[in-house]
Amino acid sequence: MIAVRPAIGTNRTLLGVAIFIASESIFFLAIVLAYVAYRDAGLATAKATLDIGRTAVFSVALFGSSGTMALAARAESGRWLAATIVLGAIFLTGQGSEYARLLGEGIGPGSALFGTTFFTLTGLHGLHVLAGLVALGALVAANRRRRRAVHPVAWEAVGMYWHFVDAVWVVVFSVVYLGTLL
Amino acid sequence: MTAVPLWVRLPARERVGWLRTVDHKAIGVLYIGMGVAFFAIGGLEALLLRAQLATPEERLLDPETFNQAFTVHGVTMILLAVVPLLVGFANYLVPLMIGAPDVAFPRLNALSFWLSLVGGIVLYFSFLAGGAPDTGWFSYAPLSERAFAPGTGVDYYILGLAVNGAGTIIGAINLAVTILLMRCPGMAISRVPLFVWMTLVTSVLILGAYPALTAALVMLLVDRQLGGHFFDPGGGGQAVLWQHLFWFFGHPEVYIMVLPAMGMISEVIPVFSRKPIFGYGFVAGSSVAIAFLSFGVWAHHMFAVGLGDTENAIFSATSMLIAIPTGVKIFNWIATMVGGRLRMTTAMLFAVGFIAMFVIGGLSGVSLAVVPIDLAVTDSYYVVAHLHYVLFGGTMLGIFAGTYYWFPKMTGRLLNEVLGRWHFWTTFVGFNLTFLPQHWLGAVGMPRRVFTYAASTGWGPLNLLSTIGAAILAIAMVIFFVNLVRSLRSGEIAGDDPWDAFTLEWATTSPPPPENFASIPAVTGRRPLWDRKHPELRDAP
Ligand code: HEM
Ligand SMILES: [Cu+2]
Repeated sequence: MIAVRPAIGTNRTLLGVAIFIASESIFFLAIVLAYVAYRDAGLATAKATLDIGRTAVFSVALFGSSGTMALAARAESGRWLAATIVLGAIFLTGQGSEYARLLGEGIGPGSALFGTTFFTLTGLHGLHVLAGLVALGALVAANRRRRRAVHPVAWEAVGMYWHFVDAVWVVVFSVVYLGTLL
Repeated sequence: MTAVPLWVRLPARERVGWLRTVDHKAIGVLYIGMGVAFFAIGGLEALLLRAQLATPEERLLDPETFNQAFTVHGVTMILLAVVPLLVGFANYLVPLMIGAPDVAFPRLNALSFWLSLVGGIVLYFSFLAGGAPDTGWFSYAPLSERAFAPGTGVDYYILGLAVNGAGTIIGAINLAVTILLMRCPGMAISRVPLFVWMTLVTSVLILGAYPALTAALVMLLVDRQLGGHFFDPGGGGQAVLWQHLFWFFGHPEVYIMVLPAMGMISEVIPVFSRKPIFGYGFVAGSSVAIAFLSFGVWAHHMFAVGLGDTENAIFSATSMLIAIPTGVKIFNWIATMVGGRLRMTTAMLFAVGFIAMFVIGGLSGVSLAVVPIDLAVTDSYYVVAHLHYVLFGGTMLGIFAGTYYWFPKMTGRLLNEVLGRWHFWTTFVGFNLTFLPQHWLGAVGMPRRVFTYAASTGWGPLNLLSTIGAAILAIAMVIFFVNLVRSLRSGEIAGDDPWDAFTLEWATTSPPPPENFASIPAVTGRRPLWDRKHPELRDAP
């Protein structure tokens, strides 16, 4: 059976996820604006301590995971889903190591304005990635147990959320990391 | 006489009970129950405040307790009483009004309710954990930072509001999807009852506004718990950022509380005027205009901050613009009544009361949008009077109108009209006695949030009057509760359609069965039930 691809305009779950993403965007917008408002105060520290190259590599993993997610959703493929999870986990590992390095250098959420804004913004994004990984994991589990019972909408919905998390990182990476090059 | 079951008519063994229910009607009743309970608690807090202020130099409450009481009163009334009441009515009524069997996500709906309630409980837990928040309902930084609020009160405020807000956001998603995708055949979006339309607009407001509050709360938590500096001027942060984020939420919040109540009276007034609403399109469109504008006026709460003349002028202008769509609505309601065969039921009395009181609150609001006036009376009792005219005189009277109107649908029994009239008139007198004098108190300089004042100020008499008004209001609420309880047990049986109404919720039994409708009437216009009852007088499609 070839499933008709569900559409946001008619499917409740997808519309619900789309609206949820819209409100999440406002949440991130507020945090990003706070970061931008305090950017100047932290710019020197950011320039001195952030590792753009390394983070760019880990970012590529996250961006790539959007591609694998799209493939996974199209083919309802558990394998591509697993690849997505691995890429997402690589990204989080990268973020973790960046955190460890900064904390080692004495830069934390309480150290100065840069630390406060940096850890809040990237930390909240990281938590969203983590939530996405949980959703992906649930999808993998459901898919392995009762493949036929997993509704195509579930793939689409998780995919939408994952792409959103990815898109947020495009903004965060640009503002926080690429912003130091300006 | 035995009681009519409150929500669904299931045999006992099939009932799932309140804890596990996912039926939108039962969840609506839960929300309303939560709102009523917190309204009572917030009302008692208000009485304490008024008792303390009755005469100069009173020592009933110490200053610290007074600060906690007004903070918790404000948060309770707004987030734990009014919003749950409105969301509860929306939950109950929206699926019925659009001919749907339930909301889009019934289980998520239950989650929303429980999150909202748990948020409230977390806030109140602060009393046991060493003291409630005492920084005012908008909890301005840096007062709310650890350095100045070292207790745990503000942390419970953060946690409680965040959890409560998550519930509200999820609920808004649910209602929006329900309205967008679950209307019965023939129910075009341009035909939905205005209460449904206002609920949709309100959902959009919630989805735009609440995340900003959540973000602000997270930042405050980082400051307090991780030593961050978002709002800490000593560490380079800016306290005014909190104000921007808070009021970006806070002003739309006012419309989140008012628009659904406007939707309620937009149902009540036509039915008791025996006419369709005058200018449906204008009422609906002006709500969108209000929603749109309400995201561009937040800094009218910040005139006294000193943002600059240009900023103040812009926000003053946008704030005054809101008076236009609001005025449009008021003319529409009045035009609906003009020439109608008015039936002055209690519901209608409250609806008319809403219009009158909201006009006063709206006018004092416009006056506060005039920067020099605001600078003169900011943080005075003039503001307290204004906000209560909008929130009590407006929203609460609207909710009472809705309660008298829909109680029979929800319970199968009518509320008592004699008690209803007593309830209305004591509320009306008590309310105006409480809050009208506060305009003068504010104008002569009595600041808000002071726990007492010297006799030499001369503020004593008007304050005493205000407290007497609050006592009358308390009596009004007792009458209301008596009416609720008595009518629930032995009120007159309502039947399906006691008001000869227009919309679909009256086309099913009272209370409705779990699936809402046995069969849904064909909808060809804005008054489907009227069309069915009076085919010869049908509205033109
Ligand atoms: C039962 C009737 C009510 C009475 C007697 C009452 C009385 C009061 C009093 C005395 C204050 C303290 C003013 C100050 O010191 O600044 C206050 C503040 C407030 N009230 Fe009410 N109130 C009532 C109902 C409501 C309702 C229904 C709402 C909202 C829906 C509400 C919302 C607020 C808010 C937001 C504040 C400001 C709290 C703050 O300063 O942080 N009140 N009220
Ligand atoms: Cu405002």
